[in-house]
Amino acid sequence: MEAFAYVAPKSLAEAYTVLANGKSSQLLAGGTDVIVQLREGRRHCDQVIDLKHIPELMGMRWLPDGTLEIGAAKPLAEIYEDAEVARRLPGLIDAASLIGGIQVQSRASLGGNLCNASPAADSPPALMVLGARLVIGSSSGTRELPVEQFFAGPGRNVLAPGELLLAVKVPPPGPHAASFYLRFIPRNEMDIAVASAGAFLRLDATGGRIEAARVALGAVGPTPLMSAGAAAALVGQAPTREVFEKAGAAAAETATPITDMRGSAAQRRHLVSVLTIRALEGALQRAREAR
Amino acid sequence: MTTIEKPTYTIIGTRPIRPDGVEKVTGKAQYGADIRLPGMIFGRVLRSPHAHARIRSIDTSAAESFPGVLAVLTHADFPVAADRVEELGETAVNLKELSENILAAGKALYRGHAIAAVAAANPHVAEEALKLIKVDYELLPPVTDVRDAMREDAPLLNENRYTKELGGAKSDKPSNIASHVQFQSGDIAAAFADADHVVEREFTTKMVHQGYIEPQNSTASWNSDGTLVIWTSTQGAFSVRAQLSEILKMPVARIKVVPMEIGGGFGGKLPIYLDPVAALLSKKSGHPVKVVMNRTEVFEGTGPTSGTYIKLKAAEKGGKLTAIEATLAYEAGAYPGSSVGAGAMCMLSPYNIENFKIDGYDVVVNKPKTAAYRAPGAPASAFATESVLDELAKAAKIDPLQFRLQNSAHEGTRMVTGVPFPRIGHEEVVEAALNSAHYRSPIEGPYRGRGVASGFWFNAGMQSSVVVSVNTDGTVNLTEGSTDIGGTRASLAMQLGETLGIPYDTIKPTVVDTDSIGHNDVTGGSRTTFASGMAVYEAGMDVQREMLKRASKLLNAPETDLVYEHGGVHVVSDPAKKMSFKEIAAQSARTGGPINGKGSVLARGAGAAYGTHIVDVEVDPDTGKVTILRYTAVQDVGTAIHPAYVEGQIQGGAVQGIGWALNEEYYYDDTGRMANSSFLDYRMPTTLDVPLIDTILVEVPNPGHPYGVRGVGEVPIVPPLAAVANAIADATGHRFTDLPISPRRVVEELHGLG
Repeated sequence: MEAFAYVAPKSLAEAYTVLANGKSSQLLAGGTDVIVQLREGRRHCDQVIDLKHIPELMGMRWLPDGTLEIGAAKPLAEIYEDAEVARRLPGLIDAASLIGGIQVQSRASLGGNLCNASPAADSPPALMVLGARLVIGSSSGTRELPVEQFFAGPGRNVLAPGELLLAVKVPPPGPHAASFYLRFIPRNEMDIAVASAGAFLRLDATGGRIEAARVALGAVGPTPLMSAGAAAALVGQAPTREVFEKAGAAAAETATPITDMRGSAAQRRHLVSVLTIRALEGALQRAREAR
Repeated sequence: MTTIEKPTYTIIGTRPIRPDGVEKVTGKAQYGADIRLPGMIFGRVLRSPHAHARIRSIDTSAAESFPGVLAVLTHADFPVAADRVEELGETAVNLKELSENILAAGKALYRGHAIAAVAAANPHVAEEALKLIKVDYELLPPVTDVRDAMREDAPLLNENRYTKELGGAKSDKPSNIASHVQFQSGDIAAAFADADHVVEREFTTKMVHQGYIEPQNSTASWNSDGTLVIWTSTQGAFSVRAQLSEILKMPVARIKVVPMEIGGGFGGKLPIYLDPVAALLSKKSGHPVKVVMNRTEVFEGTGPTSGTYIKLKAAEKGGKLTAIEATLAYEAGAYPGSSVGAGAMCMLSPYNIENFKIDGYDVVVNKPKTAAYRAPGAPASAFATESVLDELAKAAKIDPLQFRLQNSAHEGTRMVTGVPFPRIGHEEVVEAALNSAHYRSPIEGPYRGRGVASGFWFNAGMQSSVVVSVNTDGTVNLTEGSTDIGGTRASLAMQLGETLGIPYDTIKPTVVDTDSIGHNDVTGGSRTTFASGMAVYEAGMDVQREMLKRASKLLNAPETDLVYEHGGVHVVSDPAKKMSFKEIAAQSARTGGPINGKGSVLARGAGAAYGTHIVDVEVDPDTGKVTILRYTAVQDVGTAIHPAYVEGQIQGGAVQGIGWALNEEYYYDDTGRMANSSFLDYRMPTTLDVPLIDTILVEVPNPGHPYGVRGVGEVPIVPPLAAVANAIADATGHRFTDLPISPRRVVEELHGLG
């Protein structure tokens, strides 16, 4: 492993100063991706900036409108072990509890999972269908953007030099609404998604008609993808198997998969349809249970 | 447990705690990576990024002058190796090819081929220095698939290699086909013409790795008196010593190899990779040098087992298997020496077939040189045979196990080599499978299915030495030289306890270095409990004879009136006059000195092993995922010395076979690069991917061993490939003939994708 300096700022102001010191930096939250990448020579830097000592990045709170604000470096285990989060946002828990094993989840964070920008990451599709927004800060202030606009390509995000991802804001799904996320892996653990799908459904008061829908896909394009076609196939329709199958077919058209050691393009396109249907079925069940 | 003709034993068949267990679970056991020596420095190896390239030049000058670097090594530092084949234990080795595999000379033949090595004060400096070594490569087209490599116009790995044809002839033109073997008997044409049913299929399997947890490592100290000490992870310290002696041109006695605890081998730790590198880096630098591989180096730079292509045609008439015709092509990797011969010899061994013709081809490709992997060669060929047998049984409307039973080999049946079998247990194993609770249970539900398959492995004998030292308090030191991979310290101590009639926990077994015991062949061929067990029995009998001599003095009776029994000696004509083992031991200083026994064997009579596996699967037709619902492995184990470790071997072999069947493969890109050289993407089964593997131990004692031992470690990997494929065929109605039957393959074939 190459030599680098280690810096652990205690405040955001200190972190922005370190970021601006002219050295090439690697941000460290849980480190479950970054440490491995540094060891394997896949990333290089002069300094590693450990963000876990900055209180703003480690918190989690409910805002007055029911939005959940999660500090970017908050460990996943602390998110999914929160009973209120699990009750209100099960679709977020689907992803948070899938990333890595128990030890990894005690360190790994949503912010790290997002910034690493793997097309196969589990949290982006789950957050995209929930309509999550990201809070990005720098020495000159903060900005917000929808999570689906954060990714620039495999391993690349839109953070500008000097910027930090501060928090993830997940709005409340509302009544008769819920999301669901799942992935396909060949084994039952120790694997990365071959394809994944998240789905969000809001039903009308009778439960017989879909008022709003979102479908997001992982591992089938250079970034996580929103499927506008799948959403269009759902809105205004009854939540039936036939409608879900149409949405699955539309999602498969959104996908632009490649063939690699984890799966073939044809397999992935096929899986997108299967997983979209299963995600919609999961979301439907939750939406019907949600009050 | 089915027991046939088994004597009553006191210790054999019990389940005591292994002597090395506590140290291992508390983390105190010493593995190669734990070695720390004063002044020790660290080596790293530069590896070829290309699958096939001529090495025009290597410039190491910048690396040599890099601060902290203490030695740089290339193949030019090796003494010139002879181009001849040496028998080194279980493996025949061409020394020139061995040395060129350790550090490339002239050509890089696969990605990961070692090119040069650096030793420096710390591993990070060594790693930095590797980047300063300039290698001028002339890129050549790689060939990574066995059928591509066999084509007339294929790029040649070695322009001077000709095919060794049948009868010792040589091919007219250079070829990647290193050799052609053939076994045949009877009249297959007539049998096929006369058959009720004929099935012909083509099969492929991918290159797979043993996947041992502990990477290869070696620490060397070249001493100023010209002696060399090596601490290493190996299945055979004496084989390492012999190979080092040849490569370094050093007398055997000047090399001491200290075998450390081993974190798995499965055949992959028979060849040497790092030991000569560490040795010469130590010689050049004047420091002890430690070299440890990372996982990518293990995948790319050590020996996996062959990818294969097999074409097989078989015939059945009236429920009898009448003919088999097969062509086997096995990837040898960069240098000749695949296990195609063993594959050809094993594939029909469970059965009695009069007419057969098997052709086998050993083919070099631009991949790592293959090494042994648990019953090397047999799983792939059994995959073909047992898949086709399944189809024949179905065509003949006979239960697949019944079909195997009525065609089973038995004592006197000839192997394809013409050698008749001694007492073997395949019939008993299939009968036990037929009568098992698993096989008698129903298998119901959509996309669920059941498969069965049998497998065979020869097992090996070879050489072992042990020494038994009796202490005056009645405890015993058992000194041996066989690497303990599967609990052999326990199984050998148990056999000694049985021989001497003394408690297991009074015996302390230790695996020692090559200076401290006579020659032992490798722990391979499932031979250690069998062959070192024979040596232990001999040593125990040696101690018994000495005990009789001593007791004769102490009891004042002629030796002819004494008998050693139940852990002591008594006078036959006056049984009240007796002394225990402990009492005789206590008097050794005044009856003739220390009591030692020695055992030194060239073990013959290794008993063949048979297994039959039953597996239930469920296939998700939408995702292609195969779930193993239930798995039962039935095996003739001869005598189960320590049944828990026998079961562990069977379970481990079955799990590795399941991985081979479902997900494991070397996945190559077009440039000849393995794209999945990590445990994340090289998908071995995790504990969540397999159910408990049930075992049924059938005991048909091996007449060639004092306690009836048969090797048990290898045959359990032979049946799973076909058993799983047969179960998937039953579940889906679709016959998969290419491994792995990964989710990708299942959805692509079931849905007609790609």
